[in-house]
Order: sequence, then structure tokens, then C-alpha cells
Amino acid sequence: MLAADGTPLKKSLARALRMQKMRALMLIAPLLIFVLISFIIPIGSMLFRSVENGIVAETLPLTVAELQNWDADSGELPDEPLYAAFVTDMVAAIEAKKHTRLGTRLNYEQTGMSSLFRKSGRKIKRMDPATDGPFKEQLIKVDKKWGEVETWAVIKAHSVKITNGYFLNAVDMQRTPDGAAPQPEDKRILIKLFQRTLIMSLIITASCIMLGYPVAWILANLPARTANVLMILVLLPFWTSLLVRTSAWKVMLQQQGVINEVLVWIGLVADDARLVMINNEFGTIVAMTHILLPFMILPMYSVMQTINPSYLRAAKSMGATNWTAFWRVYFPLSVPGIGAGSILVFILAIGYYITPEIVGGTKGVFISNRIAYHISSSLNWGLAAALGTILLAVVLILYWAYDKIVGIDNVKLG
Amino acid sequence: MAALTPISRKPMSLVLPTVAAAGGFFGLFVGTANGSGLLGVLIGAALAVVLALVYVSVLKNEALSKWINIALFGVLGYVFGGGIAPAIIGLVYGWFIHWFTYWLYEGRYRARLLPYLTPGQVLWHYSFRVICGAIFTFLITPILVVMPLSFNAQDFFTFTPEMLRLDPAGYSLKHYQDFFTNNEWQRSFKNSLIIAPIATVISVSLGTLAAIGLSQSHVPGRRAIMAVMISPMIVPLIISATGMFFFYSQIGNWMEGTLGFNKTFVGYVKVVLAHAVLGIPFVIITVTATLVGFDRSLTRAAANMGANPVTTFFRVQMPLILPGVISGGLFAFITSFDEVVVVLFVGSASQKTLPWQMFTGLREQISPTILAVATILVAISILLLATVEMLRRRSERLRGMSPS
Repeated sequence: MLAADGTPLKKSLARALRMQKMRALMLIAPLLIFVLISFIIPIGSMLFRSVENGIVAETLPLTVAELQNWDADSGELPDEPLYAAFVTDMVAAIEAKKHTRLGTRLNYEQTGMSSLFRKSGRKIKRMDPATDGPFKEQLIKVDKKWGEVETWAVIKAHSVKITNGYFLNAVDMQRTPDGAAPQPEDKRILIKLFQRTLIMSLIITASCIMLGYPVAWILANLPARTANVLMILVLLPFWTSLLVRTSAWKVMLQQQGVINEVLVWIGLVADDARLVMINNEFGTIVAMTHILLPFMILPMYSVMQTINPSYLRAAKSMGATNWTAFWRVYFPLSVPGIGAGSILVFILAIGYYITPEIVGGTKGVFISNRIAYHISSSLNWGLAAALGTILLAVVLILYWAYDKIVGIDNVKLG
Repeated sequence: MAALTPISRKPMSLVLPTVAAAGGFFGLFVGTANGSGLLGVLIGAALAVVLALVYVSVLKNEALSKWINIALFGVLGYVFGGGIAPAIIGLVYGWFIHWFTYWLYEGRYRARLLPYLTPGQVLWHYSFRVICGAIFTFLITPILVVMPLSFNAQDFFTFTPEMLRLDPAGYSLKHYQDFFTNNEWQRSFKNSLIIAPIATVISVSLGTLAAIGLSQSHVPGRRAIMAVMISPMIVPLIISATGMFFFYSQIGNWMEGTLGFNKTFVGYVKVVLAHAVLGIPFVIITVTATLVGFDRSLTRAAANMGANPVTTFFRVQMPLILPGVISGGLFAFITSFDEVVVVLFVGSASQKTLPWQMFTGLREQISPTILAVATILVAISILLLATVEMLRRRSERLRGMSPS
């Protein structure tokens, strides 16, 4: 069969299809490239940074090579060649002003390293690697830490270019020459923080379900006119700035805040025994439940709207009590809405930063606050990236589940 | 549905205990405020019962007794509470308890319900309403509380006694004045107004094109592309911010060092790009949703009559999907306008936006100007909400769905 221009129809059709595909891709391409460059690559760079550790090997190349020959378990100090190599490296590093950065890097693993490198730097600067040897005694005189096996063990453990050290740190372990080992008791905070993030997100999700279900039900079952008016009460918080809602909760919850004032005014609480509702877990849970509640109500509502009310009437006409009809007929039909809302709320909750930061104090903060702390205050970017990667993995798993249950295409807004 | 069920007067054995309970509940709060909860309960319950009896059996005039009751409780509130605010509470309570009495006595509570419901089901019906009302209150109260507080004459984050007495001296516009005159607030406001629209324009133009591309029938790897484009919405902001922090600082250094742009400009570029990416999923989702209802034969008809694809797009397709595009744009705008975490990480002090300024203000607890800003932002979000709602209805009407 031939098309109008004489080419076989099959070929002509294939060409048309190809053209169509090309055109669709051309339309998509600009955005895809934009998202890839300005979003996917940054995320990728974060993933890379969580394992990247070139600084030791770059700053102390000769030392790292020498360290291969030294066994940290032997309990003996390295020999003179290593010290000589170290001084050579350090002199070069001091010239390039890189030794303090290395000190800062190693300080994340063992406190005192930063000052050790800075202090020794000033002395080593005056040495000449070619003539001033032997260095072992000299270095130990500069700082007795150079005469400790532990110092060299730390350098050796972190001399690899691709490290799992940050991930180990992120789960309260540390990298030693003999492999992974748990952190000392007093430095173990991150696992606890992960647990708290998960538990509090679960509590927030559960309270959103409990508060959201009745509201979604009543919105879906009222006459459309009334439901639309009530919907405004759900959508207004949804559209209001996050900062506004967080500051509102700060105003409500603080000791001199609105809730306490009202309780004191009507005499339920004594003036000197005001409730502590902010800067703890309670504050975070209440504020975040309020902020995330619309994300629970909207998916539930859209599912409940599709449930035919005659099912309930049918169940009741066949003798089911109110409760049985609800529990055996309505509730199972509304479960997809609960699932969609819960996953959405949970994903949003575990990555929250602003609200816990403002109303959470020290007891109500999440893992994301720790990430921000490492980015802006402690500057341990590798650890921040590792924590972020773990969080991302959790979110992606949940997202995958969300896709299975609801489908990405079915995400609706407003 | 009105008066589906025939209603009849209820016996006093039902009305009086219920009214007494309501009166006692209110009395409890008045009582605790004045030192004795128990006494409050007793007086409240007794007062409610006596008044109900008087109105129902003696006065027998609903309209008259309503005004008597409202006035009575208003006066009681003014005399014993000592102020305008207690008097207003008294007025409201007076109206409520009277309405409640007659609602029960005349059996009006059954009027809108199915006739065969048992008393227990009726009770559950109204308890459920009360529960839902409480949840709605929880949703809306924080937003409402901020508004009057922003007119506070004092630098407090709470209601002052003057405000509660409704004394005009307790209110002022000084926080608004501060917002409009203070350099720091104005600069951050201006930054927000620069960054958000540009970011919105980028995400809307790229997003709309891509959504149109995605809605074609033969797109290889559609799901994967969709996943990539929606990912900025799924990935928690803190992670996006961390990634962007690393990447954009390198890009920024490169632009400053190699291309020689000035630092402020580069800062704006970084923040705008970051915000544009964050807004894209919203545009994609809303525009694809609108395109689902788009009749493909219209474009074919246009082509048939000799329009080229560009003309078809602007004259046929665009007007029809415009509501979706605009509401996607509004979502993108609000995302950028609201965004703190990314700008905190990517931007520098000269790109300080309004939410950033609020964030620092809240952390360091400075002035209640934050509340004035919050009120302004709530007003803006009401406007946006109204616009989106209007567009949604328009688009549903266009597509022939009922505007529910």
C-alpha cells in the first residue's frame, strides 16, 4: 500500500511517528536539561561528596605512600622515612596554605587534630626536608602527639580517596585502620536523632490521620455548597506561608503566648505554672501536624468523594449497624486515601527543617536540623552530605511506595 | 430537605438536664476564673435551668425572651467581669444558651435528620459535627490569631490587657509602619519581589512547553522523564538545599572568576535558578492535568484550516489551557515566595528574601513586625487562593464538568 506521495504507507507512517516523537522530545528537552543541570547534578554532587575524601592523599602524597608499609596494629611508631616524607609533604602544603584545611578535615575524626596541624605547621615551616633530618625526634619534640600511634592511625585510616568514613560517622560509627568501630558513648547522637525523626514523623502522620479523617469525611458528605465553604478553611492554611504558620504557632504556644494567657485567664492554669509547650517535642508535633494536615485531608477527600453513599445505605438496609457499615464498607474503600495522605505527610515530615528549628528547641529537632548545622556551623560538609544521602534514600523508598499505591501521575493540587 | 422530619416539642425531662449541662460547662470556666470551679458549675447549671423554665413555661415568647436573655448575660458579664470583653462573651453566651434551649425544646435538632434515627445516632451526629468543628478551629485559629496581634501597640507577641478591653489605645499600626519604613524589611521584600516573578516566568515557560510535549501520545520514557521533573517536589528541601549549596557555590565561583560577573548578580542568578527548579513540578502537574481534558481534534482542525503549529498553539491551545498555566504559575510563585531553606543555603546576605528575614526574626525573637508581615502575607494568600479557585471553576466549566 502506498501513501499519497508514493512511499510505502508503513514507511511513511513510521516517519510521521518519528517526527511526532522528535517534536515531543524537542518540547521536553529544554526543561529536562534545565532540571538535570540545576537539580539532578547538584543532588549527584552531594552524593559524590558523601564519599569523596581526596584531601589527605592530595595534601600528603608521599606520607600516604609510606603509610602503606606501616602496620597500625603493631603498636610501634612508624620509622624515619615516614617522618621525612611527612615533613616534605607538610612543607609543600604549608607553602600552598593547605595544611590547616587538612587539620580541620582530620579534626572531624579526632578532636585536637586541627590545633596539632596549625601548631606544628609553624615549626615545620622552618625545617628543610633535604638537610635537617632525621625528623622523627624533631617532630616528637614539636608535639608529642606525633609520637603517638593513634595520630598516624587516624591519618592512615582516612588516607583513601573514596571513603565510607562519613557514612560510618552518620550512623555513629567511625573508620579505623581495622575497619568500622562504634563511636565512643558520648559522641553517639545521630542514630538517636534518626530514631527521633522517624518516631516524631510517625506521630505527626498518625495525628494527621486522626484529625484529617473526620474532616475529609464531612467535606465529602456535606452538600457541595457547604463543603466548598468549609474547604476554604482547609485551603487557606495550605496557601498561607509556612513562616506565617510557624510564627503563629510560636505566638500561640510560648509561655507568654495566647494559649497560656487564655488558660491563666480562665483559671485552669496558675500564673506561675504555665505550660511549657514550645522548644520541645510537643511544640514540633502540634505545629507540624497543623502545617501538614491539609496534605492529609486533600488526598483523603478526593478518594472519599468517589465512594458512593448508597453503599452505606445498602449495608444499613441489610441490617448493619452504623459502626459495622462504616468499618466493613466505608473504611476499606477509603484506605487508598489514607495511604496516599500518610505517605505524603510522612515524606514531608522527615525532611522538615524550618518548623523544628523555630519551635523545636533542642529536644524537638530533626535530622535535617543536624544537616543544616553541619553545613553552616561545623562545616563538616562530608558528614552533612552523608546524612542527606541516607535521608534521600529513605524518601526515595517511600516515594517508590507512593508511586505503587497512588501513581505519580495522580498527584493533584488544590 | 428542610423539615424532612416532623418535629414536636420535647419533654422538660430531656431539655432541662441538657441545658443544665451546657450551663454548667460554661459556668466551670467562669468559676475557675473567679476562684471556684464547683460553685461556677452549680450557679451556671441552676441559672440555665431557671431561665429555661421561665422562658418556656411563663414567658412563652421566643423572640422577646431571646433579647431578654442576651441583655441579661451581657449585663452580667459587664458587671462581674468588669469590661467590654466579658460583656461580649456574655452577649454571645446569652444568645447561645437561649438558642440551645429552644433548639432542644421545640425538637428542631431532628428537623434535618432522617426520621428513623435513634436518639443515640442523633447524639453521635451532633457530636461528630462538634468534633469536626473543633478540628476546623484548630486549622484556622493560628492564622486568625496573628491578625489582631499585628495591631498590638506594645512590642509583645501576646494580647495586652488594653487589647482585651478593646481600648483603642491598645491598638496601633506601628508594626506596619515599621515594615514599610525599615530598610531591612523593605530590602528583603524587594528581593522577594525580584526573585519570585523571574523564577516563576522561567518555570512556567519551560514547564508549559514540557507539559505539552509530555501530553503527546508517543513519548519515549515518559514515566522516567516525569519522575525526573517531579523530583524537586519529592526530594526534601533540606536535601535539595544541601546539594545546591555544594554545586552552586562552585558554579558561582566559576561565574565570578572566569566570566567576571559581579557578585550580587551571580547571587541572584543562583537563587532564581534554584527557585525555578523548585517551582517546575507544580507547573508540570497542573498543566498536564488541564491538558488531559484538552480536545486534540481542535489542534487538528486548526491545522486543517492552514494554521501553522505556532499559531495553533497561541490562538487555540493556549487560551484553553491558560487557567491551568496560571494556577501552575501561582503555585510556582508561592513556592518561591515562601521558600527559606534553599535561599538560606544558596544565597548570601544581599539576596535576603522576606521569609529569610522572618526566619531570622523568629530565631532571634525581635519585633512583632513579623506579625504585621504575616498578616500581609495571609491577605496575599487569600487573594491567590481566590484566584486559583476561580480558575479551577472556569476550567471545569470549559471542560463541561459541573462546577462543584
